[in-house]
Amino acid sequence: MTSTYSPDGSAHSGGARPGAARVPRWSVLGAATVLALGVQAVLALWVAPADANQGDAQRLMYIHVPAAWLAYLAFTVTAVASVLWLWPRTRSVKWDLVAGASAEVGVVFTALTLALGSLWGRPVWGTWWEWDARLTTTAVLLFLYLGYLALRRTGDSPDERGRRCAIAALIAFADVPVVHFSVTWWETLHQEATVFNPKLETNITGTMAWTLLWSVVAFTILYVYLVRSRTQLAEMQEGLEERELANAIAERIETGESAVTV
Amino acid sequence: MRLLREAVLVAGKDLRIEARSRVVFAQVLPFGGIVLVLFAFALDPDRGLLPRVAPGLFWIAVLLASLLAVSRAFAIEADNGARDGLRLSGIDPAAIFLGKTAAVVVELLALEVVLGAGVVILYDVRVTGGPALLLASLAATTGLAATGSVYGVLAAGLRARETLVPLLVLPFVAPVMLGGTRAFEAALGGVTSEAWPWVELLGVFALMATTIGVLVFGPLLEES
Repeated sequence: MTSTYSPDGSAHSGGARPGAARVPRWSVLGAATVLALGVQAVLALWVAPADANQGDAQRLMYIHVPAAWLAYLAFTVTAVASVLWLWPRTRSVKWDLVAGASAEVGVVFTALTLALGSLWGRPVWGTWWEWDARLTTTAVLLFLYLGYLALRRTGDSPDERGRRCAIAALIAFADVPVVHFSVTWWETLHQEATVFNPKLETNITGTMAWTLLWSVVAFTILYVYLVRSRTQLAEMQEGLEERELANAIAERIETGESAVTV
Repeated sequence: MRLLREAVLVAGKDLRIEARSRVVFAQVLPFGGIVLVLFAFALDPDRGLLPRVAPGLFWIAVLLASLLAVSRAFAIEADNGARDGLRLSGIDPAAIFLGKTAAVVVELLALEVVLGAGVVILYDVRVTGGPALLLASLAATTGLAATGSVYGVLAAGLRARETLVPLLVLPFVAPVMLGGTRAFEAALGGVTSEAWPWVELLGVFALMATTIGVLVFGPLLEES
């Protein structure tokens, strides 16, 4: 079921409107997202057993791990979309918008990953924050992409913004392994492990493993849905801006005002 | 060879402007100095903490000063259509990048000498491991200046650039902060052998930032 977005606009709306995009109010993807997340909630909260050592706190893993996966996926997609924008043969405004949408989703889920990890760390590790390599890298990553999003908001023409932002996204992406490497080194050289670092992967089986797998799939569907919706919204915003500009020019011409009056 | 000659030309221009305007000397240097004094207020000198954390404080002060130095390096291109002049000069954008970076490196190294003396005097630090300190400073400064130049040109011409550049630069140079501090700690702590891995890391970072700058400066200069 889809309906068309048609704001009551100006007097100059005869014929095809350049900015009138069709927005699906309800889509198969949206329904799939709700369903997948619903099943995930049931699995994570009731079906999966409580952890022997960590108790119910361990259930945070079912959103913490997929959120972290989603964050890294989102930043990778931003980098890929940026390359596609920079490569002349695939250059399209759409890639720039996808890169921005993906980075926005990535920043939200990076923050969520850190917040959830912190909530989990308090009862299990006994501390809100640990200067562990993965945590530290994720924190730096959050700020790297907050900067990228700030750069996106500086209000350039789409083409200028596309170039600046695509290059900035690739530079930030290139820095991530360097940050991770240096932080890991810092940790191994100068910090003894003060807390036990559970390797979740090794001792997870049965219902827990399936629940985690389902959570990752559900979050991936959520990611696709969010990025698609955000890209559509951005396209509409751009269309609206173009149309407002066209209307303003048409109005000027109609009223006979000279465009060169200073 | 031509690249090098042009880079020297650009660096000479920037340093000549600095020699005449003395903005880095008269504004950024005192800024670094007061930061060192304020650190002492924050960390009460009587507790004996200052000598131990001196390397970190030194690099924080340099990092903050480098933001101002970079901001200055691109502010001088903003007025009087200087950027159009650069674009039309026919100089290879890579040479412009290298030249501007070199000028910032020279300014920052001079600043580090003064701030370093300040740390020795104010924080009661005994200097050991000279070569490691020297190479770490050189590599870290090159990394900072190159990163600053990349983001400086990236944000050139944007309205909110003064506030945007620090946000872009600081997370990116996190490895420099880490490497510079650890290298200095090791060298000043008398275990120079532990400093070399960090010096290498700083070298790799400087190389990476310089390579990125050489690659992206052209397209970004066109745009700004």
